[in-house]
Amino acid sequence: MNRFEQELKNNNLVCSECLKCNKIVWPPSDYCNKCFGDVTWRKISRNATLVEYSCKNGDCFCIAELEGQIRVIGTIQDKSDLKIGQSLILERCDYDGNEKFIFRAKRND
Amino acid sequence: MRKVGIAASGLTKFTKEDISIESLMISSIKPIFDNTKNLTQKDIDVVLTSTNSNEKYLANIISELAGISPKTAHSVESLCNSGTNCIVSAFSYISSGLADVALVVGAEKSDSPGLVLDWDKSRGQYKHPIYWSSLFTSSHMRKYGTTMEDLAYVSTKNHKNALDNPYSCFDRSYSLEEVMSSKNLTDNIRLLDCSMPCNGSASILLASEEVIRNFTDEPIWLSGIGQKSISAGFTKNSELSSMQSTSSAASDAYLMSHTLPSDIDMAEVHDAFSICEIMALESLKLVKPGGGAVFVKELYETNNKKINPRGGLIGTGHPLGATGIAQTIETYQQLQGEAGKRQVEKAKTALVHNMSAAATSSTVLILKS
Repeated sequence: MNRFEQELKNNNLVCSECLKCNKIVWPPSDYCNKCFGDVTWRKISRNATLVEYSCKNGDCFCIAELEGQIRVIGTIQDKSDLKIGQSLILERCDYDGNEKFIFRAKRND
Repeated sequence: MRKVGIAASGLTKFTKEDISIESLMISSIKPIFDNTKNLTQKDIDVVLTSTNSNEKYLANIISELAGISPKTAHSVESLCNSGTNCIVSAFSYISSGLADVALVVGAEKSDSPGLVLDWDKSRGQYKHPIYWSSLFTSSHMRKYGTTMEDLAYVSTKNHKNALDNPYSCFDRSYSLEEVMSSKNLTDNIRLLDCSMPCNGSASILLASEEVIRNFTDEPIWLSGIGQKSISAGFTKNSELSSMQSTSSAASDAYLMSHTLPSDIDMAEVHDAFSICEIMALESLKLVKPGGGAVFVKELYETNNKKINPRGGLIGTGHPLGATGIAQTIETYQQLQGEAGKRQVEKAKTALVHNMSAAATSSTVLILKS
């Protein structure tokens, strides 16, 4: 497992961030894809937005956007009354040979 | 830049039968040598192979098996649009003057490692192509009101067209009801909305304007090329109800060939899934945004073969590295007036649309007689 996969396994979603221009580099890479600066690891906020979704056998999968730019396909646990643009929380991430991103709807309470 | 044309082509039947990549490739090369006047192995300057298979040094192996000692031999891989990328590479060798004659050979097996892009971490556990196509479908349905019946018309039309294609993997048609009731893979993708990986090969002979008439009296010219890669990762697609890379590639191809979308008499479009044909027609500007589904239904009801007359990927099968070349062969035969029962009347200008990995990259070719 590489660092990204190890972090996922520990329920941490991380990406690369450029030390020179501060750009978030997703998926993680060795250098910044804007200025080729060196990068460091940094945690990604778990607040997300629902971009699109569909379902298979009653289980829903979605594109969720984190920090306004990082998009991943994950599972939505609470699938009732989904609306595009609604807030989600990255409930859990994991790695078992595949990257797993599990979201739930963010409630106002 | 020198003009480049198509002088000859060869196909194998697309099949589920297990055949080696080398055997597939040499089988689609053979008809080119059998049927092309004056062509000898010594005429070939370039041999390019298009595949996602793991075989190494393949273009050299195929050259040896075909008795060719080319100046240049190498493989081209770009997942599902390897075939048209390979044609564009051959075009470049010829148009630049580095070569006069190029043999482009594509093949794939049904268990190709190119079926899933493992690199794309952002797809999470949803790496299989049905998931991106399902998300495209959700988005198109939300924006344009596309229905499951609209999608079924794509599959029904293309399976029907493929009945007149002797190289198709399928030998039967599927009614609208059969497509509608086929197994649900997701809430909006059914089994018969999918193209099927299979074994198959397609080869094409390209030549410069200076020498092409040694081999054919009726060359078909590659008059426009457009390519665009926006990313490798699916989630970098900012728009999910259209194909951004296709729009960009099409604009360049139309411009290069001094052609308008309204000039296109027939087209081969990359229907990896039903939704892809509808989205491609819109992104290629062959119809207005949101007009793809109505157009497909009209084609089916009027038995108009203008789009995917060979049956597309859904009707014919999808051997990845061969697909773009097989699409181009269809346009070649159509423009020559040699497409038999599939012939689109008075076809003079044709378009090929071949894309990869959820339309993260696209190639558009425009051909003229």
